[in-house]
Amino acid sequence: MSAFVDRNTRLLVQGITGREGSFHSRQMLEYGTAVVAGVTPGKGGQTFEGTVPVFNTVDEAVRATGANVSVIYVPPMAAAAAIVEAADAGLPLVVCITEGIPVMHMSRTMPFVRSRGVRLIGPNCPGLIAPGPRAKVGIIPGNICSPGRVGVVSRSGTLTYEVVNHLTRAGIGQSTCVGIGGDPIIGTNFIDCLRAFQDDADTAAIVMIGEIGGTDEQHAAAFVKEQITKPVVGFIAGQTAPKGRRMGHAGAIISGSSGTAEEKLAAFEVAGIGIMRRPADVVGLLRSRM
Amino acid sequence: MNLHEYQARALLKAAGIPMFEGDVASTPTEAEAIARRIGGTVVIKAQVHAGGRGKAGGVKLARNPAEAMDEAAQILGMTIKGLTVHKVLVVPAAEIATESYVGLIMDREAQCPVFMVSAAGGVDIEEVAARTPEKIVRLPVDPTYGLFPHHALRLAFVLYRDFTQVKAAARIMEQLYAAFVNNGASLAEINPLVTTPDARVLALDAKIVIDDNELFWRPDLGVLRDDSAEEPSEAAARRANLSFIKLDGNVGCVVNGAGLAMATMDLVKYYGGEPANFLDIGGSSSPEKVINALKIITADPHVKAILFNIFGGITRTDDVANGIVAATRQFKVDVPIVIRLTGTNEVEALRILEGVGMRALSDMDQAVEQVVQLARNAA
Repeated sequence: MSAFVDRNTRLLVQGITGREGSFHSRQMLEYGTAVVAGVTPGKGGQTFEGTVPVFNTVDEAVRATGANVSVIYVPPMAAAAAIVEAADAGLPLVVCITEGIPVMHMSRTMPFVRSRGVRLIGPNCPGLIAPGPRAKVGIIPGNICSPGRVGVVSRSGTLTYEVVNHLTRAGIGQSTCVGIGGDPIIGTNFIDCLRAFQDDADTAAIVMIGEIGGTDEQHAAAFVKEQITKPVVGFIAGQTAPKGRRMGHAGAIISGSSGTAEEKLAAFEVAGIGIMRRPADVVGLLRSRM
Repeated sequence: MNLHEYQARALLKAAGIPMFEGDVASTPTEAEAIARRIGGTVVIKAQVHAGGRGKAGGVKLARNPAEAMDEAAQILGMTIKGLTVHKVLVVPAAEIATESYVGLIMDREAQCPVFMVSAAGGVDIEEVAARTPEKIVRLPVDPTYGLFPHHALRLAFVLYRDFTQVKAAARIMEQLYAAFVNNGASLAEINPLVTTPDARVLALDAKIVIDDNELFWRPDLGVLRDDSAEEPSEAAARRANLSFIKLDGNVGCVVNGAGLAMATMDLVKYYGGEPANFLDIGGSSSPEKVINALKIITADPHVKAILFNIFGGITRTDDVANGIVAATRQFKVDVPIVIRLTGTNEVEALRILEGVGMRALSDMDQAVEQVVQLARNAA
């Protein structure tokens, strides 16, 4: 078992025939993920890569294939509707990779997602990967990961790869790596992942990679102090960022006195989280705590 | 995307929110004409995306049209926090009985729009929030239903006792919410919302920030963007689809991914250097993006060395290598370049770079240490 995805994951890809969707579906198949269905309205009846049936609707795809996870690669203006469709079809886990969804769309979508008891990861995220069972849902490169017992949760994409790469090169494998996304409104936050890692028997230690903006890391630090018994190390990107400027991620903006790196690192300190001053520190810090 | 005050006023006015008359001028003569039309004492306000306009001399009183012309001539063309003033707003210097604050913001924790209102308006609302948070009433709005009438009333009762004014304010709350939703805003603010001695309720100053993600399908909002109000290099970067912010250091940074870009800036600082910029070339790479990135960075005379930090995932490192080679053929780069790349297609990327006698490192720390040293030697 691992958190969120495992050997029983049967993946459905929304937007499988698009440019991004088809490229990453091939990568997920190559990695060993059970991609059982694709959805592109109007292309039902086609087959992707000779093996994956394509359907017109998510509901139809779920009934025909027993898919239990969906990953979304549809363009920003249709992505919130795709999330709603997946939730409406009863999929318990929905992962949205799409970047650029208007925040108001997500604000309208979240109450519905919650009312259906669905876990949404993202949007604007790299997805997740479990190297042990070889389940890859999203775009995290499989070749930099290795099976092991460290759970990684992060707000960013390539910075996650940087940290995971350090781990793998040092011989420290990962149970699950999750990118929760850089948008202001996301479905799954640090605390949700920390709880999942705490409950996951295959995870022995946790790495959390945050960034400036918002208060999610501060809340997560308090949660670590109260609820997490496994060792946790953390990093905050944007320690040198100027205030009031959006640093690429819509979420990475410091407003007023809230969301600064100092504030977040102070919260880490209080919670006993090992502080990485730079990505490479992850190896030494974990070794000293595991 | 930040709107100017005069643009925000126009959107709120279109939503029906009562306001003092006023207009925007690009020349002193236009300002004089507006002042004449309004009559009496007017306020001339610089239209720039910078706080502290008043302190910088960008807000002035004028008692008559001639003074309005003089003051506008002073303000137009002045520089506030590095930004040139191209327009001024001319509004009446109204007599005010009370000032309150009304704000609506997309709140990441509540995951919905949240109203913030306070009877302590006009002054620095951030200070009120910090010192006396109990003076600000917060109310989340469920976007599925919109603002309930009884919520609008509740907010209005926070501000006024007189029921005529309460009703007027409740209507303004509803109009502000409609303007927020219809314009894809992430922030809409009336500060202050005032009452006049004859008991009218009006919006005096307005601020709106549009969610950048809305612009793709709202070209009508996109035209409100004022390129001249941005740092020129940042405007150029935006047109090239690059996420770029100019900073004060001398180490130019080209990175893929916002998180890694921030971590790279942090590491430059860690090794004793100062980053010259934040630059994220984004996920899907193309040689053109790299060429544009190098053009923008080399245009900054403070840059003494440039670092490429590329972790290939979706980004293909061979695309980046091709971009670097093409750029250095197109124009001369006078400062040293340190390249770190690893990930997707790196073997091909290294071959491309070697073909023109360039080298690349695979370790981020090593690359940053090297570029910081090079910048220091050149400084």
